[in-house]
Amino acid sequence: MNTYEAKDFKSSQLVRWCPGCGDYGVLSSLHKAMATLGVAPHNTAVISGIGCSSRLPYYMNTYGFHTIHGRGAAIATGAKVANPKLSVWLATGDGDCLAIGGNHFIHAVRRNVDINILLMNNKIYGLTKGQYSPTSARGFVSKSSPYGTVEDPFRPAELAIGARGKFFARIIDTDVKNAPDILVAAAKHKGTSVTEVILNCVIFNDGINESIIHRDVRADKTITLKHGEKMLFGKDNNRGIVQDGFNLKAVTIGEGGHTLDKVLVHDAKTIDPTLHLKLALMDGGELPVALGIIRDVEAPTYDAEVEKQIADVQAKKPSRTLRDYLLTLDTWEVK
Amino acid sequence: MAQETKIRELDRVVVRFSGDSGDGMQLVGTMFSNLSAELGNEIITFPDYPAEIRAPHGTLSGVSGFQMQLGAKEVFTPGDKADVLIAMNPAALKVNAQFLKKDSVVIIDTDSFAKEDLEKALFTTDDPFKELGLHSVQVVAASITQMCKDCLEGIADNKQALKNRNIFALGLVCWLFNRPIEIVEKLLSEKFKKKPDALKASLAVLQAGFNYGHNIHASVSTYRIETTPQKKGFYIDVNGNKATAYGLIAAAEKAGLQLFLGSYPITPATDVMHELTARKELGVKVMQTEDEIAGICTAIGAAFAGSLAATNTSGPGLALKSEAIGLAVIAEIPLVIVDVQRAGPSTGMPTKSEQTDLLQALYGRNGESPAVVMAALSPTDCFDSAYWAAKIALEHLTPVILLTDGYIANGSSAWHIPDLAEYPDIKPPYVKPEQLAQNWQAYTRNAKTDVRYWAIPGTEGFMHRIGGLEKDYDKGSISTDPDNHQKMVQVRQAKVDKIADVLPLQEVLGDKDADTLVVGWGGTCGHLSEAVADVRKTGKKVAFTHFRYINPLPKNAEEILRKYKKVLVIEQNLGQFAGYLRSKIGGFNPYQFNRVKGQPFIVARLVEEIIKIIEK
Repeated sequence: MNTYEAKDFKSSQLVRWCPGCGDYGVLSSLHKAMATLGVAPHNTAVISGIGCSSRLPYYMNTYGFHTIHGRGAAIATGAKVANPKLSVWLATGDGDCLAIGGNHFIHAVRRNVDINILLMNNKIYGLTKGQYSPTSARGFVSKSSPYGTVEDPFRPAELAIGARGKFFARIIDTDVKNAPDILVAAAKHKGTSVTEVILNCVIFNDGINESIIHRDVRADKTITLKHGEKMLFGKDNNRGIVQDGFNLKAVTIGEGGHTLDKVLVHDAKTIDPTLHLKLALMDGGELPVALGIIRDVEAPTYDAEVEKQIADVQAKKPSRTLRDYLLTLDTWEVK
Repeated sequence: MAQETKIRELDRVVVRFSGDSGDGMQLVGTMFSNLSAELGNEIITFPDYPAEIRAPHGTLSGVSGFQMQLGAKEVFTPGDKADVLIAMNPAALKVNAQFLKKDSVVIIDTDSFAKEDLEKALFTTDDPFKELGLHSVQVVAASITQMCKDCLEGIADNKQALKNRNIFALGLVCWLFNRPIEIVEKLLSEKFKKKPDALKASLAVLQAGFNYGHNIHASVSTYRIETTPQKKGFYIDVNGNKATAYGLIAAAEKAGLQLFLGSYPITPATDVMHELTARKELGVKVMQTEDEIAGICTAIGAAFAGSLAATNTSGPGLALKSEAIGLAVIAEIPLVIVDVQRAGPSTGMPTKSEQTDLLQALYGRNGESPAVVMAALSPTDCFDSAYWAAKIALEHLTPVILLTDGYIANGSSAWHIPDLAEYPDIKPPYVKPEQLAQNWQAYTRNAKTDVRYWAIPGTEGFMHRIGGLEKDYDKGSISTDPDNHQKMVQVRQAKVDKIADVLPLQEVLGDKDADTLVVGWGGTCGHLSEAVADVRKTGKKVAFTHFRYINPLPKNAEEILRKYKKVLVIEQNLGQFAGYLRSKIGGFNPYQFNRVKGQPFIVARLVEEIIKIIEK
């Protein structure tokens, strides 16, 4: 196998995101992840819809297709089904993926086609200059909601898991140290992987994630989940997630009788999604926001099943050309 | 007995099976047409479905019909009016009364003509024939339901007997046409090979129907249709949707590519998907997607990844695909979009046919967005048209919209199984390794054709980015330069225009020296051919040309259209093609004949109209 470096995946195009945009971090993490994966640039296709984040393919030295608003998931699906040997990525944003493209997103996830969806969620429409998005919080004030929105947002994990998603992970845009490993795992997962990026829009929604990701609070406001490991977090790594009736609770070990052995061990591989969903919905209030791989379950992939079905039928039916097939029908001969 | 009946020798005869949508009329219609084709008749069929899957029993809205015309030669249409009608209930009689020839034979099941049946069909008297003014038809009043029950006594129950009424009628029709029932027996054995009891019942009823015809003392006409020798080889009966599917498979085979179809169910286009998704032994990949947009978008993804990709739909679906077609135009991706036209606007009349999507196909996109537009001429021509659509898409890296319609999609005729060696090669403009050293870019073009080169993901060294944003003519990078945009808009148009260089020239049929030229396009070819032939039989001179290639037009189209004193454009819309021709050819001003009823043309009406123009 050839070895690659991050620069092998960088195109010569000048990157045109706003200075300080969270997309830069994602791009950098993706270059690194692809180098680690070792799939050749010419066997990689990066597809996108429309929006700031959908500019990403232009900055990749791979095959790339910048398509139309919301339809990236369908186009990526077609590319993967047509040629399952390609490593197919979809760069998309909260508007592109969850508003105009919501239908394609949930069906791609439901089919479990082996593509990697990078959902860059900055909770705002940036390219059209600052309208609220389907992930903006209720009451959010923007150019298109001057008095605040009167609608509840989607929570991407709920949609992904609701659509029977098999892989869901979450990263922070600026976390170029940890994010590449998550992207590598997402790519290695057979089936649709959804990686939500907690992303900052420096122009229209600057600082919305600070209450969670700021250096001073991140250790207490986030938890990085690892399969098979105790769910511990906090500056002193002494806080843990325990089950409390039908709910989860964050506790401090040694306080109030809470002991380490009650702290949950993360199981990303369990088929039942109930706890994965609960973990994914932790919002940085009482409970820390979950980062890392929350769910990673094996299941048949659509693209492989399509090929398998063709192989199975071909094993039973001998026709390989149209004429051979037509002659098996109810024909008559004129001599 | 049989010798007492009159035998009519006819060139062509029109038969219509009609009943409730659950009466199995399509099945026996298809069987009778297959049988006749096998005996060497030329055949055109047309099923006429109600919109409801199962409308209330015995009502006018639930009538389902299957019409066919058989003849020795030159059968172009399913025929205007029927020589023989099989009406399984009063509603079927009523709906079809207007489509009967004066002395036609009408077979009815008297057991379904009771008072309450007549009331359901809104008859007010107990003599439906008189009420409809059908005074000269020859009625075969057969107690079909009862005879089915009698014949199956001890073999099957009454429910089963009722299910076989259509087979009894088929047996009777076989007698009427002097057709051996052995071929039907073979077809039934095939159909019911896993249901021996059903087979036994149907064979018994078939024989009973035939015997009944043989034994009745009725003096109805029976028919003998001559057969003529056809091109040697193997034949099957094929409808337009299947032929379209086969044409795409053939093109993929010839190009050495995988065929991919992205599709969402829509009447009357879905049978294309049904056929292709069943052809896994030929390696066809089909996705039934979440919506029309995903249908075309998965196809665009597959085309990007190097497949021959297609999507099929009908008018409302084409509207939903517009934005994505624009993407295929600017990204310069090969793609076949099959639009099986139906009556619109909006949901319109989904099971009825017309030619009203032409302008949508030509212009229904934002920006200057030229796509190739073609139209198939007949059920069997759907094969050739789909093949050519794929060839043009692959060789010129462009979306091609192929218009068929509900009439040719569901209509069928005998089809000579083609030898693909007789079809032209399909050679996509793949990048060549040496181009890497020649400053190749994503939009580097062939100077002669203006077609870019196709670098398929997986090809080493040719990584590139394409997309919906305008690109620099030379570098292929994003560009908003005004002059560059002008240049790119023009080159995309020129690329499509230049396809005319490779299209077959337009042919003129009939009397080339006539004053009057009849012009049509697409699926009305059969009706126009028959009308023109009928006009010429009256001794009048008329020329005829029918278009398959619409954008671009064949190179000699203008010359032909300008040559005739009077041109009559006939189409099933309000004049879309006529208007298009006016826009392309300065000063051209044809006569028009337009009907938008959702029904095929009536040949006799066309003859009238053509003669009117000739005599002007």
